[in-house]
Amino acid sequence: MNIDLTDTTSSQINTTLVQARRSIGSPAVGMVLTLVIVTDEGNHYDALRAASDASKEHPSRILVVVRRPGRSPRDRAMARLDAEVRVGIDSGTGETVLLRLHGELAAHAYSVVLPLLLPDAPVVVWWPEDAPEHPSEDLLGTLGQRRITDAAAAEDPIAAIALRGETYAPGDTDLSWTRLTPWRSVLAAALDQQSAKVRGAVVEGEGYNPSVEMLALWLGLRLNVPVERKATEGPGITAVRMETANGELCLDRADGSLAELAMPGQPDRHVALHRRGTAELIAEELRRLDPDEAYASAVQYGIRQSKKSAGASRSSGSGSGPSGGRARAQAETQPEGDTAKQSPAAKKAAKSPTKRAAKK
Amino acid sequence: MTYAANPLRDALDRRLPRIAGPSGLVIFGVTGDLSRKKLMPAVYDLANRGLLPPGFSLVGFARRDWAHEDFAQVVHDSVKEHARTPFREEVWQQLSQGMRFVPGVFDDDDAFQTLKSTIEELDKSRGTGGNFAFYLSVPPKFFPTVVSQLKKHGLSESGEGSWRRAVIEKPFGHDLRSAQDLNAVVHDVFKPDQVFRIDHYLGKETVQNILALRFANTMFEPLWNRSYVDHVQITMAEDIGIGGRAGYYDGIGSARDVIQNHLLQLLALTAMEEPASFGAKALVTEKLKVLNAVRLPRELGKHTVRGQYTAGWQGGQKVRGYLEEEGIDSKSKTDTFAAMRLEIDNRRWAGVPFYLRTGKRLGRRVTEIAVVFQRAPHSPFDATDTQELGQNALVIRVQPDEGITIRFGSKVPGTQMEIRDVTMDFAYGESFTESSPEAYERLLLDVLLGDANLFPRHQEVERSWEILDPVEHYWEKHGNPEQYLAGTWGPQAADEMLARDGRSWRRP
Repeated sequence: MNIDLTDTTSSQINTTLVQARRSIGSPAVGMVLTLVIVTDEGNHYDALRAASDASKEHPSRILVVVRRPGRSPRDRAMARLDAEVRVGIDSGTGETVLLRLHGELAAHAYSVVLPLLLPDAPVVVWWPEDAPEHPSEDLLGTLGQRRITDAAAAEDPIAAIALRGETYAPGDTDLSWTRLTPWRSVLAAALDQQSAKVRGAVVEGEGYNPSVEMLALWLGLRLNVPVERKATEGPGITAVRMETANGELCLDRADGSLAELAMPGQPDRHVALHRRGTAELIAEELRRLDPDEAYASAVQYGIRQSKKSAGASRSSGSGSGPSGGRARAQAETQPEGDTAKQSPAAKKAAKSPTKRAAKK
Repeated sequence: MTYAANPLRDALDRRLPRIAGPSGLVIFGVTGDLSRKKLMPAVYDLANRGLLPPGFSLVGFARRDWAHEDFAQVVHDSVKEHARTPFREEVWQQLSQGMRFVPGVFDDDDAFQTLKSTIEELDKSRGTGGNFAFYLSVPPKFFPTVVSQLKKHGLSESGEGSWRRAVIEKPFGHDLRSAQDLNAVVHDVFKPDQVFRIDHYLGKETVQNILALRFANTMFEPLWNRSYVDHVQITMAEDIGIGGRAGYYDGIGSARDVIQNHLLQLLALTAMEEPASFGAKALVTEKLKVLNAVRLPRELGKHTVRGQYTAGWQGGQKVRGYLEEEGIDSKSKTDTFAAMRLEIDNRRWAGVPFYLRTGKRLGRRVTEIAVVFQRAPHSPFDATDTQELGQNALVIRVQPDEGITIRFGSKVPGTQMEIRDVTMDFAYGESFTESSPEAYERLLLDVLLGDANLFPRHQEVERSWEILDPVEHYWEKHGNPEQYLAGTWGPQAADEMLARDGRSWRRP
C-alpha cells in the first residue's frame, strides 16, 4: 500500500501509518528498530532497496530522508514536507516512509524524524554517501545508537577512514569494515592452526579501496607487525600474505569469489569469499547494536600511528596530516611498541586506545 | 582454542563467527531421506555462511555403485532443491572438491578399509587433520555393526590433538534396557563426551529461546511456579500418517517415538531450575534434576491415553486408517496417539500437572508448550462480565509459525463491562524468518565444534525411558488403543482424561 502526502507534517504521517496498518489487517507491530537513511534524490532507490532486503531479517521502520534544499532563492525560502508512506508487500517486512524535505526544512530533518521513531526501540542512522564529518555530533546522528557510514562512497576513501578514526564515537561503524568480516574470519581461523609468530604482512587490493586500508590497520593492530599495502587491479581485496617462521600464509582471491588458502605444511584449499551486496552488509550491521570495539581500535590505530610519525617528523616540517592518503599509509607500517603488551582478550587494553586518542 | 593463542582473535570482536576447525563428516546411510533433505543442505548452508573450515570434507557411505562424481551430483541436486540459502557456484566448488564416496555394506571389511584410506587421503590432500565425525543415519539395528566396524578398523581412535565423534539419531533404543545396551555399545568405542545424540527439536531457535525467555527476563520467572501456574500442556501434533515408515513405526508407536525424547526434553526445559551457566554440564545437571523429579500418576488407566487413527478426511483429503496402511498388521496395537499426565515433585511444581500429547493424523501440524495460569483469586467483576474470560496463558509455539503468544482478558469496547480473551503475539516469523537457520545446521556445526549443550546426554535418555517404560508396560497388559477419526484432535478418552481434572485441551 502506497500513500502520498503532500505538504504534510510528522503527526499526519504517524496517523497515516496507523491507518495503513489497520487497513491491511495487521495492527500488530513486530518491528525491532528504526532505520533512518539520510540520502538524496539520486541515491535513495538503491539504498532503500538494500534496506528493505535487510528488513526481512530485521523488521524495521525505514525512514528515508531526502534533502531537497532547492536550487533557486525562491525554492530555498519556502519549506515543505512531502511524504510517501509504504506499508505491506512493497516495503519488506516493516514500514517505509520516504520524506522529502524541501527548502529551508532540509536543514531541520531532526524535527521531522524525531516524532516518527518507534517508541523504545533502537535507532540506526545510515548515510549511504556524504556522511557528516562527526556522525555522532550530527543532529540526526545523535538520535542513533548506531551510525553507519561508508568510506567507499567518499571521494577520497582512504582519507575518509582517517577521518572516521579521528571523529570516532561509540556506535560508529563503517561499511568498509563490515565488508571485511568474511576475510577476517578466514584469516583468524587460519591462524588458529598456526602457532608460529607472524613477522610481517601484505594486503593487496585496489588502491582506492578503504577495506584494504581497514584490513591493513586491523592486521597491524592485532599482529603488531609492519603491514604493507600493495595496489592491484582488484576486484576488491585480492590477497593477504603473512610471513611466519614456518613459511608464508597466503589467502589469495583473484576473481572476487573463490579464494585459495595456502598454509605452510598444509595442502592448498579453496574458500568461498564472495563479495557481498549492500543488503547483506546492512543486515550484518543491524544484527548487533552495541558499539563495535574491534572497529574502534582498528580505525583509531591509524590515527595514533600517523600522530606518532607526525610528532617524530614535525621538526623537519613534513607533518603528514590525518588525511595524508598513501603517504600516511606508508608511515603506519612501523610497529608500535605499546600495543605489544596488550593482551588481546583484555577489555581494558582494547579500551585504552580510545581514551588515549580522546586525550590527544 | 584460547583467544590468547591467536592474535587475530579478540573477545570484543563479536563479528567473527565460530568457524569449525579442520574436519570432515562421514555419513552412513547417505542415500536416505534425512541425509538428502536435511544433512546435505545443512552442510551447504553452513559453507555458504562461511562457517565451515576450508578443506571441509564430506564422505558418503552406502550400498551404491557410485563414483565420487556421482555422489557429488546427488549432493548437488539435493542442495539445489532443499538448501535454505541461494546456490553459489564458488561455495559449491569449495565443497565439492572434498566429496568422497565409499561404496559398501556395513559388514564389509574391505569397504571400511577403503573408508580408512579415504580419510587418510583427505588428511593429506584437504588438511582435515584427522578430525572426523561419523553420522549414523541408519536404523538402530545397524548401530552395533557400524560402531564395531569403526573400532575394528581403528577409525574411532583419534590421534594426538584430533578427535573422532559419533553422531546418532533417535530412536535411542525402545526401552530402558535397549537404550542401556545401545549406550554400552557406542560408549565402548567412543568416549561418552564424543557421542552426540541428535534431537533436532533442541536445535530449533524457539526451543533455545525458552531458556532466553525464562532466564534473561524478569517478568516471567516470578510466575513460573505452582503459585500461579495451573497446568502445562505440551503438544506435538502431526497431520501426516506414518507414510513409508511402517517398518520402523509399527511396534514403536507415538509415545516411544515422540514423548520419550522430544516432549520430555521440552518438559525439562520448561520446568528446570536456572542452570549455573549455559555450558553442557550445567544444563544436563538441571535437566536431569527435573527429569528425576518427574512422577507418573498412580492410576495409569485414568491419566494416560493412547489411540489409533482410522480412515477419515484430513484437511480435504481422504486418508487411510492406521491398520489399513501398507505394511501394518491389521491387528496392530501400536499407538499413533498418546497422551499422559505427569507431575513434578519439587517445590516449584508440586501439584501442577504437565499434560503431554502427541499423535499422527491430527488436526494440523503444530508443536507448542502452553503454560496455563490460574484464574484470578478474586474478581471484582460480575460473573456475567467475565463469562467469556478464559485462563491466562503463555504459549511457546515451537513450530510452525514460531513465536510466543500471551493470552489475557481485555474489556470489549462499549458501554457494558464485558471482558473477553485477547492475544498478544510475538512472531519469529515476522522477524527472523529469512535467516533463522535450520536446526540441523546449528547441530552439525556444534558437533564439529564439539559444543554439546544442545544434545541430550545418555543419562537423560535413560531417565526418559525410566519414565515411559511403566506406561508402556501398562498399555501392553490393558486393553487396546482407542480409535479416532483422522483429522481430529485425538480420541474421546483424551478429552475425558482432562475433564476428570476439570480442565480441557487447548485447540492449538
